[in-house]
Amino acid sequence: MTPLLATLGRLSLGLFERLGRGHLFLLSVLIRIPGLLLRPRLLLQQMWSVGVESLLIIVVSGSFVGMVLGLQGYNTLVTFGAQASLGVVVAKSLLRELGPVISALLFAGRAGSALTAEIGFMKATEQLSAMEMMAVDPMARVVVPRFVAGVLSMPLLAAIFTAIGILGGYFCGTGLLGVDEGAFWSQMQAKVMLIQDVFNGVVVKSLVFGAVVSWIAVFEGYDAVPTSEGVSAATTRTVVHSSLAILSLDFVLTGLMFN
Amino acid sequence: MKDPRLIEISVGVFVALGLASLLMLAMKVANLADFSAPPGYEVRAYFDNIGGLQVRSPVKMGGVVVGRIADIGFDSKRFQACVTLRIEERYDQIPTDTAANIYTSGLLGEQYIGLEPGGEESFLKNGSELTITQSAVVLEKMIQEFLYNKTAKPEPQSP
Repeated sequence: MTPLLATLGRLSLGLFERLGRGHLFLLSVLIRIPGLLLRPRLLLQQMWSVGVESLLIIVVSGSFVGMVLGLQGYNTLVTFGAQASLGVVVAKSLLRELGPVISALLFAGRAGSALTAEIGFMKATEQLSAMEMMAVDPMARVVVPRFVAGVLSMPLLAAIFTAIGILGGYFCGTGLLGVDEGAFWSQMQAKVMLIQDVFNGVVVKSLVFGAVVSWIAVFEGYDAVPTSEGVSAATTRTVVHSSLAILSLDFVLTGLMFN
Repeated sequence: MKDPRLIEISVGVFVALGLASLLMLAMKVANLADFSAPPGYEVRAYFDNIGGLQVRSPVKMGGVVVGRIADIGFDSKRFQACVTLRIEERYDQIPTDTAANIYTSGLLGEQYIGLEPGGEESFLKNGSELTITQSAVVLEKMIQEFLYNKTAKPEPQSP
């Protein structure tokens, strides 16, 4: 009995210790953000590898998600004779849920894992220690630009995803299925609200997702066991934990925003 | 390492693309242009029941959107809903005895106010009141009345 309890205790202590370390890490990242203003080139470099390189997967999946929404929405709506509302269905579901969530999931898989692996290998090959030896703060030099780039890129990527998705739904609905073009846009414009749908959905949600994914990714990398196995385990954890965090936070945010 | 100039340009393109998408979502999808109300004048109308009418619902005349609903309130003296209609400035020749009716577009569509022009010589201006109004059709009420009429008038017995 006692060893079992001891194991349980050790596991939960480890969990809480890790959680605490994660939050302290976040705090020390946030403190160093103003210092980034002195070196915008570092941020630019990371915006390129985090944002621009994720563009392809975001654009392609956005267009396909939008087209599928158009097809499925049409099939459901046409039974009620309400296919003119297709624009509302496509726009609202993309703006509120699918745009921020799917782009955040893709972002975690594409950029988050890369961040963890990069920082993890820097640690494993002792580049971080080398920086410290040269009196360069690895947090400010390596971690903060990646974190800020992730937070800034996410809303932009989600906006591109959503816009492309709506265009995909438009082409699928009006081009393929013959929904009236005017009704598609006018119903959408009548029903979609700027603050409630566009701002809450695309901007607020994806900022939160961007911050959480980037935080998990840089923390897992910085905290990784500096071996090949440690880095690979950390990369896996990044993708799993950020996906879980995105989906559960999405539930909470939706409950807060749209009730 | 890539050419730093190339990185700068591509990040610039990325940010511009993202902001352009956000702008497109705001303007084209949420119709922000419509949000900043065009110059117009406001008239009031009182209804017994406004049904599912909402702020920003369209005000139509002959099917053309001439304005939007600016505000909905409840007048606790008259026990009626007070609806403020904001009509665009270019439609400034609407007679004062115009009737305001609440209609539904389609069977399940949104509700809007339809204006039917009267024959008066004077025109509506800021602060006028539309006196001839017709409330929204409430389906339950209609069914109730139908059933009531049905039971009140027993069908003629066949001899």
